Formats: sequence, structure tokens, C-alpha cells
Amino acid sequence: MSALAASARTATHTLLTGDHAVAHAAALARPAVIPVYPITPQTPVLEKLAELREAGALAGDLVPVESEHSAMATCIAASLAGVRVFTATASQGLALMHEMLHYAAGARAPVVMVNVNRTLAAPWGFWADQTDSLAQRDTGWIQLYCASPQEELDTVLQAYRVAETVLLPVMVVFEALYVSHALEPVAVPGADVVARFLPPYEPAWRLDPASPRGFGGTATPAQWRANRLAMQAAMDRAVAAVADAGERWGELTGRGYGAVEGYRLDDAELVLLAAGAIAGTARTAVDRLREAGVPAGLLRLRLFRPFPAAELTSALGMAHTVVVLDRNCSIGSGGIVAAEVRAALHAHDETDVRLFSFLAGLGGVDVSPEAVVGMARYALRPGPPPAESLLPEAV
Amino acid sequence: MLEITILGRGGQGAQVACQILAAAFFRAGRHVQAFAAYGGERRGAPVTASLRVDDAPVTLRCDIERPDHVLVLDAGLLEGVAPSLRTGGLILVNSRGAPCGRAPHAARVLDVDAGAIAATAGLGPIVSTAMLGAFAGATGLLPLADLRAAVAEGSPARGAENVAACSAGFAAGLALRRVPAGAVEV
Repeated sequence: MSALAASARTATHTLLTGDHAVAHAAALARPAVIPVYPITPQTPVLEKLAELREAGALAGDLVPVESEHSAMATCIAASLAGVRVFTATASQGLALMHEMLHYAAGARAPVVMVNVNRTLAAPWGFWADQTDSLAQRDTGWIQLYCASPQEELDTVLQAYRVAETVLLPVMVVFEALYVSHALEPVAVPGADVVARFLPPYEPAWRLDPASPRGFGGTATPAQWRANRLAMQAAMDRAVAAVADAGERWGELTGRGYGAVEGYRLDDAELVLLAAGAIAGTARTAVDRLREAGVPAGLLRLRLFRPFPAAELTSALGMAHTVVVLDRNCSIGSGGIVAAEVRAALHAHDETDVRLFSFLAGLGGVDVSPEAVVGMARYALRPGPPPAESLLPEAV
Repeated sequence: MLEITILGRGGQGAQVACQILAAAFFRAGRHVQAFAAYGGERRGAPVTASLRVDDAPVTLRCDIERPDHVLVLDAGLLEGVAPSLRTGGLILVNSRGAPCGRAPHAARVLDVDAGAIAATAGLGPIVSTAMLGAFAGATGLLPLADLRAAVAEGSPARGAENVAACSAGFAAGLALRRVPAGAVEV
């Protein structure tokens, strides 16, 4: 009998889609204010939150707003007033929030938001593509990429602990349909477990008429610079905060997390590297490569901002070839994760690693284990890697 | 790992049927992953819902290219079934009559009159729960008790009628199990 068969009857596991899993996580975090504005494929998150509120499992206010820009403005205002907040968006909605994303981070508001990766128009689409969130990488938000409904639930709760520790907002990210609408067994922790992990939010400063203060007033150049340097320092602390939250969650639930996740890395000479859903598929590709005698491993990037350069280069170990799979594209540059990995390797003097950048799964295009094996085999051929990102069709 | 796809038309309940089947396997102690192909959904348009079943958590996040089994809720969709099923697979078709004009398949193709079962159970054109029952009966992959419980819990309406259709479908599926493979292969 599988472990699940034994635990399914304890009623801790239930079948949930990715979107419903994060709604349960948000409710468990006890936010006081939840601005909501629907967009496919995020809408089931809001629908489930409304259901939970009707059922008495969520005490916070759901605030219908007229746009995603207003949703983030509401999050910032409520957060600065000293309460925990939550919202979720995707694609065009995240793009519309862009101005407010900078504001949230600069005001040091520990907002937690879910973004479901979806293609940006034009052309119109509903498909998985990470460019929407990766394009927000310079806004000062911590970004965590998830590969399963269970990880989404666990990560939303960790996100609050991280955000409230370093006072930066956190974006929890996962792909449309492949994760958001996948129905899977998910362990939903009890309120007692969450209470031990996530104490009530008690900020040192808040908007309070009894003790008037302001956030976001005009700063001098020196003050503005000091603010940005403080944000950078907070980002540096976030690496440890993410590790601590993942470890502590593991102690409480048996499901620990880090900035990166390795699979069969110990003696790996070729490492597949991806963030999000494709990393799940790549595990099967690693198994098939191993069966064929190729010492392959997988490194899943979970934390993207701050970029865990030291953790990543350390986890790569003795690998001489890295194949980066990007379901995203910075037009004119190529795979965004690949560019970050190149910079990290260079900064850590790992300049002899051969890096192959593949644009895999753009716009929700399906990526099979066979396709990933093909990319790995391409990288095993002699000769230097191409300077530009490759499409899988090049294999 | 077991990979199953359900082909139907928008409004026939292929996606809900897939979630019910997932819940039934989950009740039986298995790990599952159910998902659907999205885009331009409308009544009558072809819909594909997919299910993976395994003894360990499912980490694959890609389409099912070579299913083990296919449930076809509308016989008109049979020609859309990829001819690449795994060896030993089953294509279960909701059909009243003898198949005609079918592409050759390595898998067994079995017909069940799920329309008649659904109509008898008072469900009108909702054939999905009868098809689930027939699938469980024909393959023996799933205890009827787990499927009945999942149907009762997962039916958006008319739970008792759907459970009845599921049980009648199971009996029809059991009868199909005794049909020699050669007799129905195309």
C-alpha cells in the first residue's frame, strides 16, 4: 500500500486544483483584506476564497475592485495600515499592476500575491508562459516559482513568513493550466500547524491616526538612494529567510523546501535546469537519460528573486554541461533564467561550464520528456554551445 | 503509471467525469493528476480531459501522447483518437451500433450503449457516469464501491440517478470483459 493510501484516510489529503490549493493557503494565513479582480486562469482562486468566506473559514474582507491596479493599491494601503493582505492575478492583470509593484516594494509593504503565469497579449491566449512575472524582476518583489499544487499551498504560507521577516513583498508563481488547473492530492495543514509557523502580523510601524506617520513622501536623492540600498540589503537577507521558512515548514509538515531543489545531482555531469512545471517533466527525462548511461541530474530553481547564485553554483557540483529550459523569452535577449544562470556562473568563476539555453514550452506549447531528452542529447554533442537561445526544433 | 483520456463534446461532462474518475482512484489509495485541454470551449466542440494514476506522486506536467485507455463519449469523435495507444489499451466508445469507418487501432475497441443506460436512469443525454461505470467494469481497474462514492460526491446534480447509471454501466462493462478481444477488434 502506498504512503498515500495510508494517509488518505486521515483526511489531511484532499483533491484540489492548484488554484484551489492557494485559496486554502491564503485563508489559513488569516489575511484581513483581500482585494479581488478576476482574470483567467486565476479566477478559481477568488471563487474558492468567496466560498471559504461564506462557509466561515475566512474572516477577512473580500474587496471587489475595478482593476488590478486598484487591487495592488488596496493591498499596499491595507498592508501599511498594519494588517496581512492577499491577492492573486495573472498576465495582463500583473502588467497593469506594474507601477504599484514598485510602490509596494519601495514602501516595504509585505504583500503576498499569487501570479498564475499566462501569455501576454498580443496575440490573445490563456496559455502557460513565465514572461509576465519574470518581466517584473526589477520591481523589488521576492519571486518563488512552484511546480505543484502542494508546493503552491506550502509556499504561500512560507511567503508570509519571509515577507514579514525582511519587509519586502512576495510573489508566488506557477503556470497556467499545467499547475493552476491540475487536480491532485494536496495535504491541507490544520490551523494549529499554521499558527505555530506564522504568528500574527505585528509591524513595528503602521499608519495610525493616534501616532501619525507617513509612507512614500518625497525623498531627497540621498534618502531615495538609502531606501534602495536598504531594499537590496533586505533582498540579501531574503535568501536566508527563504531557507529558514522552508526548513521550519519541513519540520512541521515533513515537506521542506530550499531556494533550489536537486534531483539525482550527486554525480551529475549534465544538469537540466528549469523553474516551474517543466522541471517536473524533466525528472522523467533525467531517469531516462540515466537508464541510457548518461550521468544527468535536475536542478529546479524555486527562488528567482533574489537570485540564489551561490546555492545554484554549489548545487551544480562537478557538472560540465547545463541545459536551461526557459518557458519565457526576453525578446532580443532570449531565455531569462539562462541569462541569470550565465551571470551567476561567471560571478562564481565557473566559466568552463557549457551552458545551453532552450526556449522550451513558450506560449504553453507542450514539452514532453522525450523533447527534454532530445535537448540534453543535443548538448552532449562536441563543440561549443550556440551563443543564442535554441528552440527545441533545433534538436 | 496509468494514463487515461476522455473525449467528449462541450456540455457532455467529460471534464467532470475525469475529475470523478480521479476521485475514485484517489479513494482507492492511488496518486492522481487530472487536467483538461482548454481553449475556445463551447457546447458541442471536442473536449479532451486527461488523467494520470500512479503509486507515487505524479510529477509529469505535459500532455498525454500515448494513453493506456480512452473513453469516447461521442462515437463521432472516435476518428480523433490517436492510433498510438499503448499495447493492451482499451478504447471504450459510447455507441448504439456496429462500428463503421474506424481507423485501425492496436487497442481493443469496445462499444457500450451508454446513451440507453443514461436515458433509463433518467439522465437524458448525460452519458459520462454510465461510461465511467462501464470502464471500471470492462477493465477491472477500480472497485465499483470507490467509483460509486466518487460519483455520488462529484455529481453536480441528480446524484442518485448518476450512481444508478454508473452501476448499470459497470454491469454492461463486466459483460464486455467476456467479449473475446478478436471479436470486436477493427
